[in-house]
Amino acid sequence: MSRYSLGVFGSLRATFTRELLILWRNPGDIVNPLMFFVIAVSLFPLGGDSDPAYLSGIAAGVVWVTALLAVMLSMESLFRGDYEDGSLEQLLLSPQPLYFHLLAKVAGHWLLSGLPLVLLSPLLALMLALPQDAYAPLMIGLLLGTPTLTLIGAIGMALTVGLGRGGLLLAVLVLPLSIPVLVFGAGMVQTALAGLPYTGLVALLGALLVLALSLAPLAIGAALRISIN
Amino acid sequence: MWQWLYKLGSPRYFYDMTTVFLPWLRGVTYFLLIVGLVWGLGFAPPDYQMKDNYRIIYIHVPTALGAMWVYAMMAAMAAMHMIWNLKLADMVAKSCAWVGASYCAVGLVTGSFWGKPTWGVYWIWDAKLTAMLILFFIYIGVIALRSAFDSETSGSKAASVLTLVGVVNLPIIYYAAQWWNTLHQPPSDLGGSATGANPPEIWIPVFFTGFGLIGLVFLLVILRTRNEILWRERRAQWVQDLVQGEPRRA
Repeated sequence: MSRYSLGVFGSLRATFTRELLILWRNPGDIVNPLMFFVIAVSLFPLGGDSDPAYLSGIAAGVVWVTALLAVMLSMESLFRGDYEDGSLEQLLLSPQPLYFHLLAKVAGHWLLSGLPLVLLSPLLALMLALPQDAYAPLMIGLLLGTPTLTLIGAIGMALTVGLGRGGLLLAVLVLPLSIPVLVFGAGMVQTALAGLPYTGLVALLGALLVLALSLAPLAIGAALRISIN
Repeated sequence: MWQWLYKLGSPRYFYDMTTVFLPWLRGVTYFLLIVGLVWGLGFAPPDYQMKDNYRIIYIHVPTALGAMWVYAMMAAMAAMHMIWNLKLADMVAKSCAWVGASYCAVGLVTGSFWGKPTWGVYWIWDAKLTAMLILFFIYIGVIALRSAFDSETSGSKAASVLTLVGVVNLPIIYYAAQWWNTLHQPPSDLGGSATGANPPEIWIPVFFTGFGLIGLVFLLVILRTRNEILWRERRAQWVQDLVQGEPRRA
């Protein structure tokens, strides 16, 4: 009986560690979005101009847009496997509040897909000749922004998980909704480069994260109930 | 009052009721549009600065405003569909998506035609233009999501969720676009004092086309919804009677 009386926190920890464990055992799901991030960024100097002056001008935008796309591509592993083996249904049926389950799940997913992007971003910033003053705002921005992007992406993934071929549709749904994070995040780097204080934008990105944390799980839950049907 | 609302939620009642007042709506809309367009395009005096270019506002301003306003209507319908499981609200929301996307597209295209002679370019990344473009993307997303589902019920619920997510997001997008715009370039003066300094011969037709295009929203939404009702209720007896039996007044 003890397994059935886990309590809310126990069951949340179980969801969280399960998410980490699943990702850890499928290293491709962690590595592929990262490789996409690196490769896509390195295409810009090849397709554009390798002049450092040009690169440093577009660096913030390129890193942010590519991180946004990488987060979106990593979404597939959040619900797809659980949907196919039926554990998503069990999650929806569980007596603990779905809201917190989903938060735990998304948090676990972000830890192994979003956080590596944040940690990798200075390397790419270096390759794009971004001045060193801009590393801190870039990383702070991504640290606050990628969880929001993950939550927004999870809404889109939850809506399309039942469709089987959601990839492009997911992009059409999620990308317009991610624009505020992109604008404030990339704008923060530009503001720092211009020598202006960027703390206001940190606050704005934080506010978006809080808003997403409080509302997105509701939308994800409603969307999953539709997809499971 | 509540009984009336309850009755209005029934697709059949909605169909019968709109059959009665559709001719009136049609007449008023066409009247307003024809008067507004003939007056605005043919007889209103040219602007002292923009000459005849300004005439595009007779279409541009109402469609651009309408596109945002239709989204609000669609969101209200999506909420009603999610909360009370009102089928009719969903049918109206589905019609709204198409009408709103069309208005958005017309607003964007007429805007770029206006931008070329006035600003010298078809497109600039101005906050208003960008917000409008993103609104268009969101409309497209709602339509695409709905049509991706095989099941009507799942598709409509999913589209409702996305519509409501969009409602939370749209104001943020709007302010983000404004902030972003002020960082890169000063906001463009969209025509300046539209009604203040201009003579009434210029701005009165705007009211005609404005209300005419609002009427057109309702007309198109109702017509699409009626089609949707007939399609979804195609197995119902009253639709069978309607299609095979004596044609009613349409």
